Amino acid sequence: MTEATATRTDAQATAPAKQTKKVHLIIERQDNPNSQPYTEEFLVDYVPGMNVIACLMAIQRNPVNKDGKPVAPVAWEMNCLEEVCGACMMVINGKPRQACSAIVDKLQQPIRLKPARTFPVVRDLVVDRSRMFEALKKIKAWIPIDGTYDLGPGPRMPERDRQWAYELSRCFTCGACVEACPNVNERSSYIGPFAISQARLFNAHPTGAMHREERLEALMGEGGIHECGNSQNCVQVCPKGIPLTTSIAAMNRQVTYYALGSWLKK
Amino acid sequence: MAQAQSHSEFVLRRLHTLAGVVPVGLFLLEHLFTNAMATTGAASFNSAVDTIQHIPFLHFIEFFFIFLPLTYHGVYGLYVAFTSGYNAGQYSWGRNVLFVLQRVTGVITFVFIIYHLWTTRFSGRAPTFDMVHQLMSNPAYLWFMVIGVVAATFHFANGLWSFCIHWGITVGQRAQRVTAYVTMVIFVVLAAVGIEAIFAFTRAA
Repeated sequence: MTEATATRTDAQATAPAKQTKKVHLIIERQDNPNSQPYTEEFLVDYVPGMNVIACLMAIQRNPVNKDGKPVAPVAWEMNCLEEVCGACMMVINGKPRQACSAIVDKLQQPIRLKPARTFPVVRDLVVDRSRMFEALKKIKAWIPIDGTYDLGPGPRMPERDRQWAYELSRCFTCGACVEACPNVNERSSYIGPFAISQARLFNAHPTGAMHREERLEALMGEGGIHECGNSQNCVQVCPKGIPLTTSIAAMNRQVTYYALGSWLKK
Repeated sequence: MAQAQSHSEFVLRRLHTLAGVVPVGLFLLEHLFTNAMATTGAASFNSAVDTIQHIPFLHFIEFFFIFLPLTYHGVYGLYVAFTSGYNAGQYSWGRNVLFVLQRVTGVITFVFIIYHLWTTRFSGRAPTFDMVHQLMSNPAYLWFMVIGVVAATFHFANGLWSFCIHWGITVGQRAQRVTAYVTMVIFVVLAAVGIEAIFAFTRAA
């Protein structure tokens, strides 16, 4: 007992030099889209309740690596900081997720940060997610209401449908599902799980349903719904808990009926 | 209106999943059932084989309902296995592991079926209990058969689960989960039936 107390007092006496707790980060970096990736380690001061964004901000304020060498600050994307914009998606300890909701206390250290390499890397943790925008355009993820005159109020949506459709509308195109999907790779042109779920959302809307067939045609086209291999990683990584696998199966059903029906009508 | 898009890839994929269940899967069930006749003795197996050999239009049925869909499912399946990515190391969730296993067992089954046909159907020998008994007397062949049967039955059972999603039959999470349990029971039962038949052939007639 006395021995233990003595040891603690000794430790406290000799500690002041390394008094502040540090957070250890290992970051996969890349200077430009065509350069080779490399890893760099950083130590930042621990602040209670801090998230991964706070760590990156600390590096930005004092861009010095673990060995004390000044380096270029790490680049990343962020916007809302409350998990509603999707901008800060990156691979944290092996899983794609939002850096803003990745709390340091809940992460195993060293914290490993990587860009989501299913997308082209622009710099460090910044990726180019244009392919997701292209996919949304392909499946017409919108409700056309423009006209030359006032079309009046649209049809009402049943509350029962609105409730589940709202869940789908929470998708913020972060790309976590695209990153985790094994079938999104350089050998396939798969548009990704989120786009199929968005097609379901807009097909469920009474006004959006007027363009239902165009979305189904797109889902049957190149890189469409048939590229899904049911690994179901998407639903595991979705930060908004969107039932992506249910959406895919529901769209499989719509596409099956549509394909058989339209073939019989030809 | 909807602009004309190429749907060939979509149609080929859907035909691939359909072929795996409707002629090929049904044939697997029939084949396992016939083999299981061996468990009640050489005579009943030989009589079952004799009945099959006297089916009218046998070569026509064999070619269009077994050989053609099987070849299509197998060759296109190799293409699917090649274009899939494999990340179960990074994402080791059950479904992702089964996704990898589905492709691995598919390739194993493909190789197995080629060797199996070469040593039986296209060996030029009469398909009798004695012929299979002779093949099974080689332990390497026996274990290759066991691996092949386990791979084929797993691929079929897990493929049924996937088929139900591809065709939009099981949509909800619970329906998919229940189907997963059911198909795993189907796998265990079919694998047991197949293995029992294999060991029935090792016993002397």
